Amino acid sequence: MATAVQTVERENYLNANYGIKSWLLTTDHKRIAILYLISITAMFWIGGFFAMMIRLELLTPAGDLVSSDTYNKLFTMHGIIMVFFFLIPSVPAVLGNFLIPLMVGAKDLAFPRVNLLSWYLYIIGGITALVAMITGGVDTGWTFYTPFSTTYSNTHVIGAALGIFITGFSSILTGLNFIITIHRMRAPGLTWRRLPLFCWSNYAAAIIMILGTPVVAVTLLLVALERAFHIGVFNPQLGGDPLLFQHLFWFYSHPAVYIMILPGMGVISEIIACFSRKRVFGYEFVALASIAIAVLGFLVWAHHMFVAGISVYAALVFSLLSYLVAIPSAVKIFNWTATLFKGSISYNTPMLYAFGFMGLFTVGGLTGVFLASLGVDVHVTDTYFVVAHFHYVMVGGMVMAYMAGLHFWWPKMTGRMYPEAWAKLSALLVFVGFNTTFFPQFLLGYMGSPRRYHAYPPEFQVLNVLSTAGASILAVGYVLPMIYFVWSLRYGEPAGPNPWNAVGLEWMTPSPPPTFNFDETPVVTWEAYDYEHQPQEEVTVGH
Amino acid sequence: MATSEIQVAEHSLQHHFADMAQQKETSTFGMWMFLLTEIMFFGGLFCAYLVYRASYYHAFVEGSQKMNIWLGATNTAVLICSSLSMALGVRAAQMAKPKLMIVLMLITIMFGLGFLGIKAVEYHEHWVNHEFPGPNFHFETGDPAHPATDPQHTEIYFSLYWAMTGLHALHMVIGVGLVTWIVIAGYLGAFSPEYYSPVENVGLYWHFVDLVWIYLFPLLYLISKKHGG
Amino acid sequence: MADHSEHTDYVGHIIPARIYYMIWAVLMVLTATTVFAATIELGVFNIVLALLIATIKGTLVVLFFMHLRYSTKLTMVTVVASIFWLFILFSLTMTDYITRAWSTYTGH
Repeated sequence: MATAVQTVERENYLNANYGIKSWLLTTDHKRIAILYLISITAMFWIGGFFAMMIRLELLTPAGDLVSSDTYNKLFTMHGIIMVFFFLIPSVPAVLGNFLIPLMVGAKDLAFPRVNLLSWYLYIIGGITALVAMITGGVDTGWTFYTPFSTTYSNTHVIGAALGIFITGFSSILTGLNFIITIHRMRAPGLTWRRLPLFCWSNYAAAIIMILGTPVVAVTLLLVALERAFHIGVFNPQLGGDPLLFQHLFWFYSHPAVYIMILPGMGVISEIIACFSRKRVFGYEFVALASIAIAVLGFLVWAHHMFVAGISVYAALVFSLLSYLVAIPSAVKIFNWTATLFKGSISYNTPMLYAFGFMGLFTVGGLTGVFLASLGVDVHVTDTYFVVAHFHYVMVGGMVMAYMAGLHFWWPKMTGRMYPEAWAKLSALLVFVGFNTTFFPQFLLGYMGSPRRYHAYPPEFQVLNVLSTAGASILAVGYVLPMIYFVWSLRYGEPAGPNPWNAVGLEWMTPSPPPTFNFDETPVVTWEAYDYEHQPQEEVTVGH
Repeated sequence: MATSEIQVAEHSLQHHFADMAQQKETSTFGMWMFLLTEIMFFGGLFCAYLVYRASYYHAFVEGSQKMNIWLGATNTAVLICSSLSMALGVRAAQMAKPKLMIVLMLITIMFGLGFLGIKAVEYHEHWVNHEFPGPNFHFETGDPAHPATDPQHTEIYFSLYWAMTGLHALHMVIGVGLVTWIVIAGYLGAFSPEYYSPVENVGLYWHFVDLVWIYLFPLLYLISKKHGG
Repeated sequence: MADHSEHTDYVGHIIPARIYYMIWAVLMVLTATTVFAATIELGVFNIVLALLIATIKGTLVVLFFMHLRYSTKLTMVTVVASIFWLFILFSLTMTDYITRAWSTYTGH
C-alpha cells in the first residue's frame, strides 16, 4: 500500500513546466490556487500557534503564563491572522480559483494576470502584518476599536492595518475575477440555472468582497492617518466619535463573515449532491438564498454595537434585520436535509465533514439568533458565548467545509487519492476535539466569563481545562491531514478523472487537468446535478 | 480589414477568450467593477463627512468659508476640460488616429498637472494658516465680528478636507501616470480600432476621478456663505 | 448568456465629437451655476440644490464621457448597485445618529 505507484505521466498543469519561475510567474489559475493553498496553510498554523498559546494561558485561573499585555497581543494576532489571512481567502482563493474556470468550462479566469497579482498582494500584506507581529505585536483586538487603536495603544497598529489593507485588495481582485468569469465565460449551454451551486455561492461572496472590502480599507487608512498625523475623526478629544469607526468597520466585517461562509456552503452543496446521488433539493432556492445572504448581510452590522452606545431605535432596526438574515441560511440547511432524504448516501470523508458542517453550523447559526435578540445580547455580549458562537460557525462550519472541499477535490487537483481510513479518523478527531473545545465556552459565557481576559475566577477552571484539552485533540485532527495529504502526493492511489462519479464539468477532464483545462470547449446539455442520468454506480473509491 | 490590422488583432487576443469582442467586453466590465470598489472606497469618507456635517453644521460652515472658492471652481473647470480631452482621445483611438490620440492625452496630462498645481497652492495656504489637524492646528475665522463658534469640530472638517482631497489627489497622480503609459504605448503603436480597451479603461478611471471631484467641490467649498448661520 | 448574441461590435460605438463638446459646455455652465447658487441663502435647500446639480453633472459624465448610455445592461446594473450600496451605508448609519437624541430624557 505504501509503495510509490509508477505511472506514465500525461502532461498536466503540474508537470507542464518546471522551475520556481514557472510557478512564481504563472498565470494558470490552478497553479495560483496551489500557491494560495501553501500560503494559507502556513497562515493557518501561525494563527493556530497563537490559539495554542491562548488556551495554554487559560488552563489556570491566574494570569501566569504571559502578562496581560502579551495576552492582548496573542488574541489580537490570532484573530487578525485567522480572519484576514486564513478564513476570508481560504475557499475562494484555493478551491474557487482552481474550480470556477473548470466548472464553467473556461480555459482560465477572466483576468489571469490580475489573479497572480492578487496572490502577490496577499503575500505582501501577509508579510507586512507578520513583521508587525514579530517586531512587537498588536494588542487592539482584531477589531481595532478607537480611540485605543488610534491614540493610546503602543503597539504596531499601523503595520498590522497596512498588512490588512494590502490583503484587502487581494480579496477585491479575486472577487472581481470571479464575478466577471461567471458572467462572461460560461461554456455554451451553461445557463445560470445549470450553474453549480459552488459557483453561485462564490459569486455571492464575490459581490460582498467587491462592495464591502473598500470600506474597511478606507477605515483602516483613516486609523493609520489618525495615528500618524493626528487627523482625528475617531478621537473624542478632537471631537470625533469612536462609534463612527465601529459603523464603518462593521459595515465590512459583518458581511465578511458571509464571505467566509458562503463559499463553504457552496462546497457542502456539491458534496451532499454527490454523496446522496441526488440533485440538490430546491436548487433555485439555494442559489437565491446565497444572493439573499449577500444582500441582507449588508444590513445588519450594528448588531455588533448593541451595547456600544448607539441609539436604541437603531438597535431595534438592526436586531430585526439580523433575524431576517438567518432565514436564507436556514433555507439552505432545510434543503440540504431534504436532499439527503431518499438519497443513496455514502459515508466518505467529504460527506462526514459535510454532516459535521450541517450540525455545527446550525448550532452556531442559532446562537447567532440568540445574539440578535437585544435583551439576550446585553447579557452575553463580550463573553465567551460570543466566542463560542463565532467559532461554531467559523471552525465548525467554515473550516469543516474547507476540509470537506480539500478532500473532495484533492484527487482532481493532484491526481492522487488521500488514504480514506486516516481521513475518517481525522474527521472524527476534528469533530470531537471541536465540540470539546467550544461547547464549554457557551456555558462559560452564559455564566458571565468575559472574552479577551487572561485571568478568570477559579470556578471557571474546569470548563477552561476541558476547552484546552479539546483544543489539543482538534490540533491532532488538523495535523493528520497535513501529513497524509503530503504523503498522498507520492504514495496515494492514482485517481481517474471522476473517482466519485460526480456530475460537473470539472469531473470531465483528466486528474490533474491539463493547463488549458479542456481539449475542446464543452457544450452543456444537461441540468445541474443530473444524477438520475449518471450511470448508477455507487461511489467505489475509499474503503 | 487590412492584413496588418488583422495581425494586430490576433496578436492581442488572449488565449482564454473566444474572440476580441468577448475580450473587450470583459475588459470593460472589469474596469467598471473596479470603479465600483472605488466608489465604496471614497464612500466611507463621504459617510464620515455626512455624519459629522449633520452633527456639527456650524463648525463645517466656518471651516468651508476658509476655502478659496475661485481656486476650487477653477479646478473643477480644469477637470471637466481634462475629461473632454480624454473622451476625445479615446475616440481618436477608436478611429485609428494614433497621433491625435497622443496629442489629446498629452493635453489631458497637462490639465491633470494643472489641477495638482492649484491643489498644491491651496494646500500650502492651509498649511501656513495652521489649518492642518494635529498639535499645530489653530483655527480662526479671520473675521473679528464672527469668532469661531466650535473650533474643535472645525478640526474634524479639516481632517476630512485633507483626507478626502488628499486621497483624490493621490488618484489624480496615479491617473497622470496611467495616461503617460497610454501615451508611450500609443507612440509604440500598441493600439488600434480593434484593440483600444486599455485606452478606454484609463479613460473610465480618469472620468471617475473627475466624478469624485464633482461631489467634493460643493460639499467642501460651497457649504454656506452666511456667517453664524 | 455567453453566446455573444448581445455583445456590441468590438470596435464600439463611436460617438460624434460634437456630443462631447455639448456635454462639456453643459458641465461648465452647471459649475458656474452651482457656484452662483451657493451665494444665495436658501437655508436647507442650499445643500439640496448643490447635490442636485452635482448629480446632474455626474450623470452626464457617466452616461456620455464614460459611455454608459452605449454599454450593456449589466454595466448599468453595476453602476446602480454601487449607488444603492452607498445608500445603504449612509442611511443605516444615519439611523443611529439621527435617533440618538430621541433617547434623552431632558425636557421632551
